[in-house]
Amino acid sequence: MGRRLADLLHGRKRLQLSLLLSGPLGWLGIAYLGSLAVLFVAAFWHLDEFSGKVVHDYGTSNFETLWNGDVYRTIVLRTVGIAAAVTVTDAILAFPIAFYMAKIATPRVRGLLVVAVLMPLWSSYLVKVYAWRTILNEDGILNWALDPFGMKGPGYGNVATWIVFSYLWLPYMILPIYAGLERIPNSLLDASGDLGADPGRTFRRVILPMAFPAVVAGSIFTFSLTLGDYITPNLVSSTQFIGNVVYANVGVANNLPLAAAFATVPVVVMIAYLLLARRLGAFEHL
Amino acid sequence: MYLSRGTRWFLRIGTGVTLAFIYLPLIIIALYAFNSRRVQTWPIKGLTFDWFDKAFHNHGARDALLTSVKAGVGATALALLLGTLAATAVSRYRFFGRETISFLVILPIALPGIVTGMALNSTFTQVVKLDLTLFTVIVGHATFCIVVVYNNVVARLRRTARNFEEASADLGAHTWQTFRYVTFPQLRSAMIAGALLAFALSFDEVIVTTFTAGSTETLPIWILNNLSRPRNLPIVNVVAVISVLLSIIPVYFAQKLTADPVGSPGTVAAAP
Amino acid sequence: MSTKALWTAVVACVAAFGIAACGSDDDGGSSASSGSGLNPPKLSVQKSVGQGEGQLNLIAWAGYAEDGSTDPKVDWVTPFEKQTGCQTNVKIGNTSDEMLTLMRTGRYDGVSASGDATLRLIAGGDVAPVNTALVPNYSGIWTGLKEKPWNSVDGQMYGIPHGYGANLLMSGTKAKGVGDSWDAVFDATKLAQNKGHVTAYDSPIYIADAAVYLKAHQPDLKIDNPYELDDKQFKAAVDLLKTQRKYIGEYWADYTKEQAAFANGNSTVGTTWQVIANLLEADKVKVKTVLPSEGSTGWSDTWMIAAKAQHPNCMYKWMNWITSPKVQAEVAEWFGEAPANRAACSHTAAKDHCKIFHEGDEPYFDRVSFWTTPIKDCGDDRGDKCADYSQWVQAWTDIKG
Repeated sequence: MGRRLADLLHGRKRLQLSLLLSGPLGWLGIAYLGSLAVLFVAAFWHLDEFSGKVVHDYGTSNFETLWNGDVYRTIVLRTVGIAAAVTVTDAILAFPIAFYMAKIATPRVRGLLVVAVLMPLWSSYLVKVYAWRTILNEDGILNWALDPFGMKGPGYGNVATWIVFSYLWLPYMILPIYAGLERIPNSLLDASGDLGADPGRTFRRVILPMAFPAVVAGSIFTFSLTLGDYITPNLVSSTQFIGNVVYANVGVANNLPLAAAFATVPVVVMIAYLLLARRLGAFEHL
Repeated sequence: MYLSRGTRWFLRIGTGVTLAFIYLPLIIIALYAFNSRRVQTWPIKGLTFDWFDKAFHNHGARDALLTSVKAGVGATALALLLGTLAATAVSRYRFFGRETISFLVILPIALPGIVTGMALNSTFTQVVKLDLTLFTVIVGHATFCIVVVYNNVVARLRRTARNFEEASADLGAHTWQTFRYVTFPQLRSAMIAGALLAFALSFDEVIVTTFTAGSTETLPIWILNNLSRPRNLPIVNVVAVISVLLSIIPVYFAQKLTADPVGSPGTVAAAP
Repeated sequence: MSTKALWTAVVACVAAFGIAACGSDDDGGSSASSGSGLNPPKLSVQKSVGQGEGQLNLIAWAGYAEDGSTDPKVDWVTPFEKQTGCQTNVKIGNTSDEMLTLMRTGRYDGVSASGDATLRLIAGGDVAPVNTALVPNYSGIWTGLKEKPWNSVDGQMYGIPHGYGANLLMSGTKAKGVGDSWDAVFDATKLAQNKGHVTAYDSPIYIADAAVYLKAHQPDLKIDNPYELDDKQFKAAVDLLKTQRKYIGEYWADYTKEQAAFANGNSTVGTTWQVIANLLEADKVKVKTVLPSEGSTGWSDTWMIAAKAQHPNCMYKWMNWITSPKVQAEVAEWFGEAPANRAACSHTAAKDHCKIFHEGDEPYFDRVSFWTTPIKDCGDDRGDKCADYSQWVQAWTDIKG
């Protein structure tokens, strides 16, 4: 039977392709995009005032609420701002270790470092954030450590979320940059040195441009993961992020239409970001 | 490659700092797994092994762990299937909309989890009218896991020449035989790398799971529920420590299996 | 089939999804009225309680349905399971809103709803009226809880009262200037003394706490019922909370979050439930609780049965079990509230428990405004001018900033 099927497929490129694509396309195209469509449609509905049930009347009232409320603008700016700060921080933190792993470490050390970077991904995200709560709180480890110097930690708040997000997504930035740096042939770096460039110049003119797409690839994760997260801000800050408002409206106030409307903001931001990233060549480096 | 001593030291220190940053909180979690008090305050007043014992006997934790493993295996299997299919189509054929596939594949993981979660939840509960069970969890996880398998396989296929497959066909092998004896062995390590990362993603995922799990308790959901129960917080720490320690095994073996001179295992892509 | 055709099919299916979603009707608009009155859908009442179905899925406030996992000695679920064979799964809801959403999924048989959820559940047709004749322990419940505006419609009970209590003001040892007034969390000069260490309950219903404060301190606003606020009163309450926001360290919805915050000193003053104070004292953290002079908000919870409960017999059995004197005593002592069933007072380990919690104390509870759902209808001669719950929700997002 296998033989028969193989004969049937042989030469029929279109049929082969259809079979290959139908699964993934069906799943992603129909189920996933379809779900997003359902959500987007919900953004145009609104909530019945008393019972709190969703009424299928179309209108842009949710978008108007979001546009007119100052607080929503503040929240979006805060979330995007911190996402950008986290991305930059992670890029800076990731580069040295990625470079070391790619160019300097012996194969054995490299293997160990890869394992070392990957392992934290296996410990629970929630437990990590709780550990940071303990570190950052009033009588916590950070304040205890800084006390002899007369300094105090940032406590909870926006700075705390910046630190914790940078911590959480760091491995997702290290790995693509590492992979990207590995692709730069050593001979290129040698040539640059031979031509008279000092390491700083080589870094700026040769390494950075070549690694940039990889950095962008990593940034897709740091940016998008920060944009939609509601658990971390809830635990280490009392300020609201996009994720909190969406979650509060869908999970708590049961106002799915408003939540869906607000959720379109990160979706639009991410799609724009992805298109830009693709243009910069990041998709080759994921 | 020549690097001044100063630069080398700078890089070594940078690596050290980053590693310290990564592992300090994990060490703290491990410390609290031995905390004698229930509340997580600092400094730690006393140490005890009690929680390890309680964790082992906590059937909620064990059930949740099993559920997570089942969900991870299911999601990984689906992701492997769909990811490989899509990657093969994109690498080996030319067709209309080829570039869009890579965009489509990355969308579930690039869009915030809460959006994916809400979207899938709406579809499950309102359009398809399906109950939220382990199956819906697997569906949700597979959706964003496809991309990691896809990227690894695409990168690998880009590197492997087509000649082998053509030669195999010339020698008389039909489609399945070619796949089984020629393509698959070359893909295998990329698929393992993708599968490993997909499993890790699924194992620790909480946001999409919240929306698609119903009353199913995966390990992250159990942890979320138990962080709210004062007596169980140390058990949660124990569970976290154990999962990191256990993860050394698969990660190490994957590293060994897939270590080729150029690529790195477990990354989202192997370099060409 | 060409790939172009495949893509077209995909797009068409996506569009179909969108349209299908439009078509599926939640049956939402039909039941509830435009917002002024309460017209619950006609649902039938159960006539008899038969054999248990073997399972029960509950949504409960933390501490209401303990099964030994918090403290092995605190368990009234396991005896219930043994007696009735109804294996019970408890999902803890942190706020009324969360409980509402969970009930709407249809996966639960019952919920311990506070007054700010009960009416929404009733109006939405999510819960069925209760046949109190099927719950023998109902007769022992304090009359002050029966046929109240938040648990009944036109004399028909929609649930069985569980317990009641007030939200209290809690302060740790490092708090400054805390007396027995809500000034500590609403007056700017007092707030400044504990800046960054003040906490408040993270739910829109907390706006009522501000209204209670204003009722006592700004009588010219003429606030009578903190849940019926017209524009001027509502704005005053919201402004008060925005001022408070500047001094807030963190909000809490999850009771262990507040417990941890007081234990490690992040929070030193704020609103609380007695059970949190009890847990802190058990962990040797010194705190003081008081019902302030202005009065407070509170809760009177009701066990309600889902309209489409899959295990209705088990739910009725639970409702009878949880209101039996001995179990009521256990719950009341663990949580720190007054039991609904008067007979429980003779079963409490602490002989003066009921006295401490003012069980049956009408004058005391006159100072407590139980959680209820704000609706447009002010219920007096102002007409339909009051802020409804969706406005409270939006205001809350605004306040938190």
